[in-house]
Amino acid sequence: MPSRFQRFTKENPVDFIIQNVLNALQWGSFYALIALGYTLVYGVLRLINFAHGDIFMVGAYISFFVAGFLLGPIVGLSPVMAFVVTVPLTMALTSLVGVTLERIAYRPLRRKGAHRLYVVITALMCGLILEYSNLALLGASRLKFPELIEKQIWNLGGVTLTNLKVMVIVAAILVFLFLQWVVTRTRVGMAMRAISYDKFAIPLMGIPIDSIIVVTFILGSGFAGLAGLLFAMSYPVLEPFMGMLIGWKAFIAAVVGGIGDIKGAFVGGFLLGFIEVGVVSVFPSTYRDLFAFTILLLILWMKPSGLFGIPQSTKI
Amino acid sequence: MKKYSLNMLLIVFAIGLLFAAHFRIIDSYIQIVVMTIGINIMMSTSLNLVNGNMGEFTCGHAAFMCIGAYISSILSVFCFGTKFGAPLLPAASVVIVFPIILLIGGAVAALSSLLVSVPSFKTRDDYLAIISIAVNYMIISAIENMDFVGGSRGFQGMKDTVWAMIDIFDGPWMLFWVINFTVFTVWVIRRFISSTYGKGVNAICQDEVAAEIMSVNTNKIKIINFMVAAGLAGCAGGLYAHIIGYVNPQSFNILKSTEAMVMVYLGGMGSLSGAIISAVIFTGLLEVLRSQAIVDGLLSPITFMFPDWEPSAGVIKWVMIPLLLVIVMQFRPEGIMGNRELGDVFPKLKKFYRFK
Amino acid sequence: MAQTLVQTDSTPVLEVRSLTQRFGGLTAVNDFNVKLLPGEMTGLIGPNGAGKTTVFNLVSGFYQPTEGQILVDGKLTAGFKPHKVTALGVARTFQNIRLWNDMTVLDNIRVAQHHWLGYGLFHSVVRSKRYLQREAEIAKEANELLEVFDLQKFADELPKNLPYGTQRKLEIARALSTHPKLLLLDEPAAGLNSSDVKDLIRLVRWIHENFDVSIWMIEHHMDVVMDLCNQIKVIDFGQTIAEGTPDEIRNHPAVITAYLGDDNI
Repeated sequence: MPSRFQRFTKENPVDFIIQNVLNALQWGSFYALIALGYTLVYGVLRLINFAHGDIFMVGAYISFFVAGFLLGPIVGLSPVMAFVVTVPLTMALTSLVGVTLERIAYRPLRRKGAHRLYVVITALMCGLILEYSNLALLGASRLKFPELIEKQIWNLGGVTLTNLKVMVIVAAILVFLFLQWVVTRTRVGMAMRAISYDKFAIPLMGIPIDSIIVVTFILGSGFAGLAGLLFAMSYPVLEPFMGMLIGWKAFIAAVVGGIGDIKGAFVGGFLLGFIEVGVVSVFPSTYRDLFAFTILLLILWMKPSGLFGIPQSTKI
Repeated sequence: MKKYSLNMLLIVFAIGLLFAAHFRIIDSYIQIVVMTIGINIMMSTSLNLVNGNMGEFTCGHAAFMCIGAYISSILSVFCFGTKFGAPLLPAASVVIVFPIILLIGGAVAALSSLLVSVPSFKTRDDYLAIISIAVNYMIISAIENMDFVGGSRGFQGMKDTVWAMIDIFDGPWMLFWVINFTVFTVWVIRRFISSTYGKGVNAICQDEVAAEIMSVNTNKIKIINFMVAAGLAGCAGGLYAHIIGYVNPQSFNILKSTEAMVMVYLGGMGSLSGAIISAVIFTGLLEVLRSQAIVDGLLSPITFMFPDWEPSAGVIKWVMIPLLLVIVMQFRPEGIMGNRELGDVFPKLKKFYRFK
Repeated sequence: MAQTLVQTDSTPVLEVRSLTQRFGGLTAVNDFNVKLLPGEMTGLIGPNGAGKTTVFNLVSGFYQPTEGQILVDGKLTAGFKPHKVTALGVARTFQNIRLWNDMTVLDNIRVAQHHWLGYGLFHSVVRSKRYLQREAEIAKEANELLEVFDLQKFADELPKNLPYGTQRKLEIARALSTHPKLLLLDEPAAGLNSSDVKDLIRLVRWIHENFDVSIWMIEHHMDVVMDLCNQIKVIDFGQTIAEGTPDEIRNHPAVITAYLGDDNI
């Protein structure tokens, strides 16, 4: 297999850059979609939902079973139709998982007024439970995602583009625009922003705080599910720990962008995509994680509140 | 005389253990369990310094264990092993050099804690969590890229040091060292934290602004606290490496860090005796759940309904332990001991010990 | 009226020159100047948001000034972190009491000696002679201080279990345990009922007479300030608008306008 440097000499450098930019955009789209979920929940609840990366994994698995079922003998849809139905179904079911998690694990602690730390630890543990339950129930063998959309490859100049790649990028952008609209133009969105400022005043204003939180989790988990489906279609091998590393990285991306800010999550996710693809195009791929984490940490060190975040200072 | 009862009891217990191990009264499996308890005590009490006493939220403690494990293993092989050429030191010196090697591993781990402690000056708790996780991943990733220590395939050869010790005297050396270092860890932590100097750590936790204005050099104390915690974890790593005889970067990933966290939060943040008790319980639980029979028994209602499902103990363990901590968080979030020590809960015990 | 224990011929305990603090577009403190001599008891008053606590935060080292200089006992404190400023001789209490609530009262006093402990990690672990000696001395001094403040009976108690007025007294005692040359009191009467306020006035006066310390206090309770201080500085929108004796300030038109507003509005 030709190394990237060999390709570099065969292609002209502009194509090389454009190709990598497209790869970065696609790769970053996954991070952005997952990071959006982290940032929504953090923005509203000040909670790092450490289980979110695993909700992404659950979404991927749900999409696998849903697609398998729809393609199977009982329903027997065509692959394209199966895809069309799988998308909303996956998102809905993944939202359900997220909301259930909130209901069972986080809400009781919130009701008790428990220290934030305890909720974070609970989140971390729930993530582990999801991973290992998956491993226990489905075994260690990896699952192969069925092909739903026929891969169409377009060659523009020296650059290859697949329809799937375009779909992922477009999906991320659409989700971002949708969430921006929700948060700035709808009453639910306003309530979400209000909760992040002052949790205690909200019920006094007649806003049902629990419902808003449920909406937050529906949105965050739903889009994580979408990311899971798209990821499964792009890299069709599923395994129980697929959410772990991606989840951590997406979370860091959200923080680098400025946690609590949707723009920040989006930018952070794509930034991470660019960093990783950039590193791998020059260095051996084993250095990818090392560089990614180091660069993200450096950014955080220089601007602790993240790129779009508002510095929070303690009143002395 | 009564005041030294606990100390004497511990010494008798330790000698008894060594005796039993030497004369094969207890088999090597039990020895390994005991040693694991010791290492877990070291990990949980050292993490407790940072996450409990200082109230920070770090999630990457295994990184320091990793550094200690690798540094001490490399030194070990240089001094007494054959992997990098002839051994540098005579085999007879191993009894004195081995603890020094472990301490050097700890010292390097302590230095590396600067990666996490310096950012902690400017950041709030959530951010420090990220930084510590990132550092954990970075260190593992860095080692995986270092081929001269085996990269992701792992590193071995330090067992030669253990053989060298056995050549001198055929006894349970690793058990001996684990006992010593565990006692050392608890001793150092206890003395540090109970001094007025160490109480500066608690002051930072309870009100950092007040600590700063009341003459506590908060940055320096944070650095020192992290260093002590990381250094002791590094020693634990070195011991772990020499017991198993093989290290691999993935043994020190976020799962190992989570183990340490479970012990700390189960025991109670800031409670030394809590951390020790929970380390013992946790290790015990892990061993119990290792038994396929017990796991099968626990899950029998479910397997009855789904007879095709064969849960593996190694996997179910990692469902039950997080579940345990979730339940603890729901019903007793302050952990077993809260932030109190055993002497506070059972005042009569104070008659029997005096830790100076 | 406060007694004048001021020593006019010595180095000012605190000198602030042209202190300016800008947070982005907001100028919180503008060209603030003050000179405090040893033994003085000065007040800093002004309407809410005038910048009083910001001045205190600058002097104690929590913020670095955008412009201007701060000298404690003649030494520049540029870039000093708060613990270093405290080591130079400035101690401070806070509007919202900041005691260490999960440590005993005695420990609260002892930990405040942190800079002067004289031993570090090694000695505390090894429990050397130096450690034992210093710990004994610190414990003795702390107990003596508690006795002087009549808090000895609470030595093993947790601050959160004490009445609010007692907590305030403890916070001030803790600040004094650092042997400061200047004591900054940020709204010490905040949250106190009227009988506690009377106790506070007595306490501060007693401290002023018996400890070699200069006191600078921010207060909204006018009776406290007028009773205790021999000099008062009034600040509004970050700038000094008046200074003088309590009588002069009481009738100063600019002060009245700042607090009560203009007739023409």
